[in-house]
Amino acid sequence: MTKLTSIRTLAALAVAGSIAFGGVAQADENAELVVNGEITLVTKTAAPDHLKDAMDTIYSGWVFRSDETQAMQADDFTNPGILDAEAGVELWNAVDGTEGKSCASCHGAIEEGMKGVRAVYPKWNEAAGEVRTMEMQVNDCRKTRMGAEPYKYVSGQMGRIVSAISMQSRGEPVNVAIDGKAAETWAKGKELYYTRTGILDLSCASCHEENYGNMIRADHLSQGQINGFPVYRLNNAKINQVHDRFKGCVRDTRAETYNPGSPEFIALELYLASRGNGLSVEGVSLRN
Amino acid sequence: MKLTTITAAVLLTAGAALAGEVAPKDVAFNGGAIEASLTGAPGDAAAGAKIMTTRSLGNCIACHEVTALKDAPFHGEVGPSLDGTGSRWSEAELRGIVVNAKMTFEGTVMPAFYKVDGFNRAGDGYTGKAAPADFPPILTAQQIEDVVAFLVTLKD
Repeated sequence: MTKLTSIRTLAALAVAGSIAFGGVAQADENAELVVNGEITLVTKTAAPDHLKDAMDTIYSGWVFRSDETQAMQADDFTNPGILDAEAGVELWNAVDGTEGKSCASCHGAIEEGMKGVRAVYPKWNEAAGEVRTMEMQVNDCRKTRMGAEPYKYVSGQMGRIVSAISMQSRGEPVNVAIDGKAAETWAKGKELYYTRTGILDLSCASCHEENYGNMIRADHLSQGQINGFPVYRLNNAKINQVHDRFKGCVRDTRAETYNPGSPEFIALELYLASRGNGLSVEGVSLRN
Repeated sequence: MKLTTITAAVLLTAGAALAGEVAPKDVAFNGGAIEASLTGAPGDAAAGAKIMTTRSLGNCIACHEVTALKDAPFHGEVGPSLDGTGSRWSEAELRGIVVNAKMTFEGTVMPAFYKVDGFNRAGDGYTGKAAPADFPPILTAQQIEDVVAFLVTLKD
C-alpha cells in the first residue's frame, strides 16, 4: 500500500508541475514508475542521437496511460502479465525434444543465463548472418539444441518464454546495436517506419512521431515505444508480443499486413527498439 | 414480356444513377477544390453528421473536435477543430478536402475518403488481408456529399 500511495503522491505532485507536450497537458508526466517499491524504471529520457532531429525526449508508453493502469504495473501482484512470466520460467526449466534438454540445461538458471539479454535484442547473429529477435533465438535453440518443435512465432508458449526472459532485464536500459552488421537491417526498419500503408495511408510516424500526446478518439497516442514488450493488454487480457502489435497497427491503417516473424517486422523491431535506447526494459508491462 | 420490360427499365435506371455519379478516378480537382457535386445533387446534412460520428464510416471526430457533434463521445486532437469550417472554406474546397485532403494539405495524415488507387498495400477493410482489385472508397459519393452538406453548416 505504501508504494501505491507514493505513486499517487508523485502523480499529484506532477499535476502541479505539469507542462504541455504534444499539445496536451499530461497530469502524470512526472510520475515515476517504481515497481514493488524498489525497482525504479526510466520512463522518460533524452532521445538517442539518431533520433535527435525528430524529438528531444523519449517516453515509455506507460507515461500515456491512466493513473489506474500505471498503478497496476507498479505492483507485481496487480500486473497479470507476471503470471505469464512465471509460467515462462516453468517452460525454461522443462525438458522437451529428442535431446532430453531444457533451456536450463545449457543456460543455467534463467536469472543468470538471461540477465541483460532482452535489453540488447534484436541483435546481429554472426554465425547465422542475420539480425535475430528473441523469438527467433528461442526457436533456433529448440530446433538445433533440444530437438524440439519450434513454437509458433506468436503463441501462448512463445509469449510466456519471452516474458520470462524479458523479466531478467527489468530495469536495464534498452541498448540495441544499430551499427556494423546490423546497420542494413536497421536502415530497412527505419524506411518501413516512415512508409505509409493502407487505405488510410498512415505510417508509424503519422501517429507516433507527429501526434504522440494527442487523443485519437478515446485513445491517447504514445510514441509507440517497445521497451515495455511483451505487454499484458487489458483490451485482450493476454500477453502481446511486439510483432503481434505491429500487425494490429498496420491492419488498422486498412492495409495488408506483414506477418509476425517476417523480415519486415524483424527490421522494424530493431529500428523501434533503437528509438527507445535509454528507456528501461519493463519486463512485462501493462497497457490498455 | 411485361417482366422483361420491367427488368430493362430497372437496369436503365440503375445505369443512369451510376452514370450520374463521378467515379473516384474521374474526380476533377481545381487546385484542391472540387466544384461539382459528386452525385449531381445536394447532400443531406443530418446524414452527414451521422457519418462523421460513426466509427465504421467517416469517424471524423476521431481526429477532429466538432462542438455541434458533442453528443457523440471522444473527439480527437490530431486535426484542427472543425468549428467554423463552413466560414473558412467554400463548399468546393471542403468537398476537395474530404475527397483527398492531400490535394490541399501536402503531407497531411488525413486519409482520402474517395480514392481507390495509389495506395501501398491496400487492405480489405480491417482484416489485414489484401484488398480485392476493385475495392470501394472509404465513403460513397452520396456519403461525401452528405458530409460536405453538414460541414458547410458549421459557421462562425
